[in-house]
Amino acid sequence: MNELLRRYGKPLTGLAVFLTAFWLLFLVILPYFDMFASSFRPYLPAVDVGGPKDVYSLNNYLTIFENADWHFFGFTFPMTIHLWVFILTILFSCLTTIVSLLMCYPLAYFMAKVISPKGLATFLLLLVVPLWVSELLRAFAWFIVLAFKGPLSLTLQNLGVIAEPIRWTWGLWGYSGVLIGLTYAYILFMLFPLYNAMTSLDTNQIEAAEDLGAKWWQTHWRVIIPHSKPGIASGSVTVFMLAVGSILVPTLLNSPSSSWFTEVIYNRMFDQNDWNGGAAYAFLLLLVCIFFVTGMMRYFRVGLADIAK
Amino acid sequence: MTASVELRGVSMDFDKYRAVDNVSVKIEPGEFFSFLGPSGCGKTTILRMVSGFIEPTQGQVLIGGQDMRGIGPNKRPTAMIFQNLALFPLMTVWENIAFGLEVRGADKAARRAKAEQLLDLVELQGVAERLPAQLSGGQRQRVAIARALAVEPKLMLLDEPLSALDLKLRQHMRAELRAIQKRTNVTFIYITHDQGEALAMSDRVAVMSRGQIQQVDVPQKIYNTPTNGFVASFVGENNKFSGTLTSVSKAEGKFKTDVGSFSVTLGEGVSRESKCRLYVRPEHVEFTLKPKTGFNSVPITVEDVSFEGNFAVVHMRDKAARRLLAEVRNDPARPPPAVGSATNIVFAPDKALVLLDSEATAYAEKE
Amino acid sequence: MTKKTSHILLWVYAVGFIVYLLAPLAVMAGAAFNNDKFPSVMPWKGFTWRWFDELYHDVYIWQYSQNTLWVALTVVALAVPIGTAGAILVNSLKGRSRSLLYAAMISPILTPGAVIGISTLIFWSKFSVPAGLHLSILGQTSFIAAYVMLMVLARLQSFDAGLEEAALDLGASHWQTLRRVLLPHLYPAIGAGALLAFFQSVENFNITKFTRGASNTLTVYIGSKARSGASPSINALATILIGVTIVGAIGYEVWRRRKAARLALLD
Repeated sequence: MNELLRRYGKPLTGLAVFLTAFWLLFLVILPYFDMFASSFRPYLPAVDVGGPKDVYSLNNYLTIFENADWHFFGFTFPMTIHLWVFILTILFSCLTTIVSLLMCYPLAYFMAKVISPKGLATFLLLLVVPLWVSELLRAFAWFIVLAFKGPLSLTLQNLGVIAEPIRWTWGLWGYSGVLIGLTYAYILFMLFPLYNAMTSLDTNQIEAAEDLGAKWWQTHWRVIIPHSKPGIASGSVTVFMLAVGSILVPTLLNSPSSSWFTEVIYNRMFDQNDWNGGAAYAFLLLLVCIFFVTGMMRYFRVGLADIAK
Repeated sequence: MTASVELRGVSMDFDKYRAVDNVSVKIEPGEFFSFLGPSGCGKTTILRMVSGFIEPTQGQVLIGGQDMRGIGPNKRPTAMIFQNLALFPLMTVWENIAFGLEVRGADKAARRAKAEQLLDLVELQGVAERLPAQLSGGQRQRVAIARALAVEPKLMLLDEPLSALDLKLRQHMRAELRAIQKRTNVTFIYITHDQGEALAMSDRVAVMSRGQIQQVDVPQKIYNTPTNGFVASFVGENNKFSGTLTSVSKAEGKFKTDVGSFSVTLGEGVSRESKCRLYVRPEHVEFTLKPKTGFNSVPITVEDVSFEGNFAVVHMRDKAARRLLAEVRNDPARPPPAVGSATNIVFAPDKALVLLDSEATAYAEKE
Repeated sequence: MTKKTSHILLWVYAVGFIVYLLAPLAVMAGAAFNNDKFPSVMPWKGFTWRWFDELYHDVYIWQYSQNTLWVALTVVALAVPIGTAGAILVNSLKGRSRSLLYAAMISPILTPGAVIGISTLIFWSKFSVPAGLHLSILGQTSFIAAYVMLMVLARLQSFDAGLEEAALDLGASHWQTLRRVLLPHLYPAIGAGALLAFFQSVENFNITKFTRGASNTLTVYIGSKARSGASPSINALATILIGVTIVGAIGYEVWRRRKAARLALLD
């Protein structure tokens, strides 16, 4: 702080502190704490707030174990649907992350170590449009591609892969639609961190490994992957977080029997008009993200600054 | 246009570390004054206190007789030349030079005229529209000087500004800086760890160690009559002998070492009880086979002779295996002794200085 | 596997990847010209411009575009100064206080939009602030400022603080030093940050969806309607946006190559 005063004087330091404090207090920290506190209280009409009914409890969280009617191909089952959706959302977000990583790894290696600088410039130019197109349009594009009897079904039929057109966004197939859409929407957030990590690897190290007799997969496993760890961690965190918190992609590509946890939150907030219940579920979602981020940092031994890049 | 600077009992603490310890010195208007010392001796801290980037923990800094406490760097009549020059990379040469005028609200025509005039002064024409990155090291140096002069400071502060230049340019810029200082008559405070620079350019030099001033004097006195062991070994080369004073009369005495007892001259504050050592400069040593009357003599063996052109350095050892140096002028008629030969060195009593072992001496030897 | 075969395989894979990225967008653009009232390319019912015409006469699209623009510009106006101030602040700290402040600053990036939206909505309702686009602005700013902060911070690492001292020493005030020395160094990052902030705001769905109240932005409007009442005029809009992106990208590339050529000449 003293250094700041010396470098910028009192008024400017005051301004910087004021702006930062406004941001962190009123836009980040206080709203989080408020949401956390609200999640333990019932959502009441204004007259009852602070009254005898306004007590702290875990009720908003426990609804996740309640049975609800689940409609599946015309049948109705009672089951703990919120919990199921919560678990499936996490599972499919993990799957999205893994698929993205597997798809991006060879490409990142190609961009970092195989293609010439001139070729890379052209290649990056081809990536500009997919990169700048918004999440909405990416999801919407797949909404059209995955249409019943649409381009993808027809192509696969013509190739003889499938016999009948698939309803990608229907029933349990809905999760496949979501998986395809999420992967497409966020895959570039995996590609670039991975590519950045790999470019910083000295090509001599790869050559040294080969020179010492390592097979190609040994070179990758022992030299390239360990070096790419910060990129893997950063890309995985970003993709997972975007996937688990996505609303757009599931809205466009899932089916009523394959809903996403964010949709459950939204319905609870605005259809059932239970804001504090929504806060509780939102907090669960935040916990998942915190677990994932800290888990990644531990597992890959990287710092917060590596992830934020 | 010029001002005196006075430090009165100035100390500076960084956490628990005392970088400057009770320094008092007065620098006269129009003087070229150097602080000379090894890195970490506190000289840069002194410069930053004078320029106002830091405030001393204790004591006063006075510029032109006025106490500077509480006055920021942008309000002091000083201009600094930074070690890395700190030219603004996004401004052209003339914008850099005129920056100080710009922030004082001078109009563009006046700024431009002043910049041109200063470019003439530092002998740099035709580069006004270039960016600093497009200049050579020497040109950048001149721009930095012009930029500092543009604000017409009463006091110029120079933080090892020549250290980034190559040897030849450095020597040339020494003379140039000195000439500019004489022309403008601005007080210069110069920070350096290079004794050659300090001795060649300065009117007076302050030798520093461990946050304290060891000696303030004109360059000749610093070299010829150092006040303590640190100054003697930091400025120039010296042959060192440990031992004890056996007799003292006025400024002379007898100093007993493991290779004999010598007639010596006593330095400042030396008495029989003091911890002290004998110092003899290599150029005050002569070779002779027979002892010379009135001179001190040490038998030695020559180990190596390195020929430097106008002089030669003779490396040798005495009987106690002490490494000694002698410097002899190049004279084909009197070549230095051959390598491996055994002979004597002799030196006059008035060139054999016994100096106090200050705390700083111990520090310098550890380095 | 020899190096050559592996390189050929990688080339094939890279081309396939590009096709994978571009084909859905091409299909979407194609549907804008299909004379069918559902956005689709199959069956193909003939070429038409009518969806562009319909887009032009869609009052909602125009109205919500305006909303989107205002929200985005306000977010830029808030997030850029906040993010820049935050970067300068965190850059001047060291040790534990720095990591703590840094973590607080980037936490909104690692938080799902729904969570930010809900916390913003509930927090401001305590002060009787109703839902609406003003809350969307605050919610978006909370995470977009973090992006600006990261970009400015990266640029600050290459700044020589000695330049500030030099300016002060030459008599500049703190404000003059900021304006003439530090900010010019940061402008590229601030400009890029403003651009990113603008587009992040325009395409934001999650936060806006929770905080918008009765208002709409273009993205939320289309996103919510796309499934039930989608008209190919959305495809027409997408086609225009993609066209603008392509033109912009090519323009930028031409400018970049010219600049590189000019720099090469100078050396």
